[in-house]
Amino acid sequence: MFKLERRPSPSNAMVILTPVLAVVLTMIAGGILFAILGKNPFEAIRIIFWDPLFNETVASYTRPQLLVKAAPLITIALGLSFGYRANIWNIGAEGQFIMGAVAGGAVGLAFYPAESVLIFPLMVLAGAAGGFFWAMIPAFLKIKFNANEILVSLMLVYVAINFLGAMVTGPLRSPVGMNFPVSRNFNEYPSAYNGELITNTGLHLGVLVTLAAVIVAYILLKHHIFGFQVRTAGQSPRAAKFSGVNPNITVAICLGISGGLAGMAGLFEVTGPAGKLSTNFPLGYGFTAIIVAFLGRLNPIGILFAGLLMALTYIGGELAQFQLSVPAASIQVFQGMLLFFMLAVDILVNFRIRLAQKEVA
Amino acid sequence: MTALLSLSGLTKAYPGVIANDNVSFDIDPGEIHALLGENGAGKSTLVKMIYGLVRPDNGTMMLHGEPYAPPEPRAARASGVAMVFQHFSLFDALTVAENIALGMEDAPDTADLTQRIIEVSGKYGLTIDPFRMVGDLSAGERQRVEIVRCLLQNPNMLIMDEPTSVLTPQEVEVLFKTLRQLSSEGTSILYISHKLDEIKALCEHATILRRGKVVGTCIPKNETAKSMAEMMVGSKLRTPKKHYTRHGAALLELHNLWLKSKDPFGTSLKEITFNLHEGEVLGVGGVAGNGQDELMLAISGEELTTPTHAIQFKGEDIGNLGPNARRERGLLTAPEERLGHAAAPDMSLSENAFLTGAMRQDLTSNGIIKTAATKQFTSEIIEQFDVRTPSTENAARSLSGGNLQKFVIGREILQKPEVFAVNQPTWGVDAAAAADIRHAILELAKNGAAVLVISQDLDELMEISDNIAILSEGTLSAPRPAQGITIEQIGLMMGGTEVEHV
Repeated sequence: MFKLERRPSPSNAMVILTPVLAVVLTMIAGGILFAILGKNPFEAIRIIFWDPLFNETVASYTRPQLLVKAAPLITIALGLSFGYRANIWNIGAEGQFIMGAVAGGAVGLAFYPAESVLIFPLMVLAGAAGGFFWAMIPAFLKIKFNANEILVSLMLVYVAINFLGAMVTGPLRSPVGMNFPVSRNFNEYPSAYNGELITNTGLHLGVLVTLAAVIVAYILLKHHIFGFQVRTAGQSPRAAKFSGVNPNITVAICLGISGGLAGMAGLFEVTGPAGKLSTNFPLGYGFTAIIVAFLGRLNPIGILFAGLLMALTYIGGELAQFQLSVPAASIQVFQGMLLFFMLAVDILVNFRIRLAQKEVA
Repeated sequence: MTALLSLSGLTKAYPGVIANDNVSFDIDPGEIHALLGENGAGKSTLVKMIYGLVRPDNGTMMLHGEPYAPPEPRAARASGVAMVFQHFSLFDALTVAENIALGMEDAPDTADLTQRIIEVSGKYGLTIDPFRMVGDLSAGERQRVEIVRCLLQNPNMLIMDEPTSVLTPQEVEVLFKTLRQLSSEGTSILYISHKLDEIKALCEHATILRRGKVVGTCIPKNETAKSMAEMMVGSKLRTPKKHYTRHGAALLELHNLWLKSKDPFGTSLKEITFNLHEGEVLGVGGVAGNGQDELMLAISGEELTTPTHAIQFKGEDIGNLGPNARRERGLLTAPEERLGHAAAPDMSLSENAFLTGAMRQDLTSNGIIKTAATKQFTSEIIEQFDVRTPSTENAARSLSGGNLQKFVIGREILQKPEVFAVNQPTWGVDAAAAADIRHAILELAKNGAAVLVISQDLDELMEISDNIAILSEGTLSAPRPAQGITIEQIGLMMGGTEVEHV
């Protein structure tokens, strides 16, 4: 019936416009969704996209939140983007995020109540290592046994969730937490607390690390031979091997980078915004970051904006939930639509739909 | 006598190119008619129109004096037009009979079909066993399967697209006997090739296409290969001249190399031994699929080999060194597949220049890519090897096969290799570009490099090699001087399909 025909070369303007178009389409479809739910669609869209930034009554709370939510999304997505460019599909950033938080948090709590400026850097390193080694499991299995990294990394998310549960009900349970499955509060332990650097801005150390990561990732990807090798490995594996790129090392590096960054993001999250390890700690940032990576076109600058946008939908979604009492799931549907429209528009940018004709050669 | 197939004014345009422009000619019953032309001259488009794969924009075809406009290949086959493609469409994991049944509109039951396959193959000297797995067959045998599949439909017109590119000289002889027999029984054959000697030997008439237009017709018997080639190209050809130089020290040595193929239908290398000297061009002939790819991977370093001393470069063991370490030492390669192996299709030419040139051309500093130097290197390749492209930033896939091949070969040669190994340097490349590439290879050897050329084109090997060896089922014959060797002797070295006389 219909068939897709590859366009000789996609229009450059469209490649950049795709995310914008996807956002507009999501607003339209989301509006319809809210209308079906019996809410005023215009009000809902305004609450999600406009109020968090410009409504004076809520903005003092929501603007800082934007940085707090965007930073982990961007950090994780940056790491994922390297792998995705090389055709290495780490779907388990959520698990690496959790393991980073557990490993880094555990190191900090082990020193309690000693105070030293060295403790927090050590925790950051431990967090990165936690994510890194968690990501090395799918890397090892892929290199050694050609196991599918999508499945392995995804399944390890659930292992990580259960590991977190075991830790907060076991060794890491707060002695003053009345037996709740939570760790000590990091904000009661100054050496391990990732507080705001400037009050009421949401700016914490993790945000600065995120910005640095954006710049480093940009240079790596655009100007460094490593970025070139990653792109070649993704686009044309045999050409990459011919040029001397070792596919196994690429797998290990790409998974390692994304694991390390996700782990670090987890540590900044648990010691700051989340405040403690608990079974409620996983918020799905590791999954949402996949959308961020694609929405940002796997480009570091794009990911920066995509992360901010996705953070907006989180915060605006909470507002909408609160003010319009829409179900929480509707906001996840909203985020899912964003990825869906992104991919759909992408297809139309690269292909055109033709009525199948027999004579087309 | 009325023509069997008569084409008049056939025109087909694609965006940006007129593939066929007002093409007219006739084919008589029982005639073997050659269609000659360089790559991109429009031969494929023309036969696709005859076979119903492409519809002409303009012009008419008449078959048996009646209008003929097949909307799809099935209609063409029903009218008695059959085609054997250059690339086979067979399933490795099915038997010959199953494959043939799959390609037929109303296949008879197995016993019946088997009987007919045996009959037809016996009648035309195309020995094949209907019960064998296609995966186990040689290229020549696979082609027989395709031909038998066509003959079972009793065609009165058979189109053959580059049928001999995969055959040994002896297999070519058998094929020609079959084609002559078919012709004598009244089947017309449209024979597409760029091998001019074959056309001289086989065809009664030839139509020559250049840039989509008929630029001449001739009777091949009355022409020389050179005169036909010049009609095809439209200009005088530069024939590369071999300079016999005295060979120096051995640069690349393979000692008793064994390598198991990673590809389930690939060929493992067995006991490969040869020395390649300064200034020498060693030609490796043989039908594709006899270990050529594996040999290239072993030399380039994409496959590592044990023991490490099985491959030595200037006396150093390099079996455990990857591609870049070998490049650093001066061992450069150009694999057969241009798009996807030698070059990344979606990347620009300058990125593709960087792909293998990064190390020797010093295109990075502290890992940062030197953009200007990379562009400079790319421009040099484009200029010195006459690569036709609008700019250095065009994607590799946008270049024609010949242009991309010149780019790939140029990229390696400009890096001044001490040893250069290349697989199928002129496959699918037009005559003018092929002559340029051969010339460049000979120049390289003249300047002291050792060159290994793997090719299925025996004429090419005879033209440029000092020594020739044959790769057959993973073993390499001892190299012998190209001077004085005959095509028949090479054919015997190639083995391959057993040859039966009709």
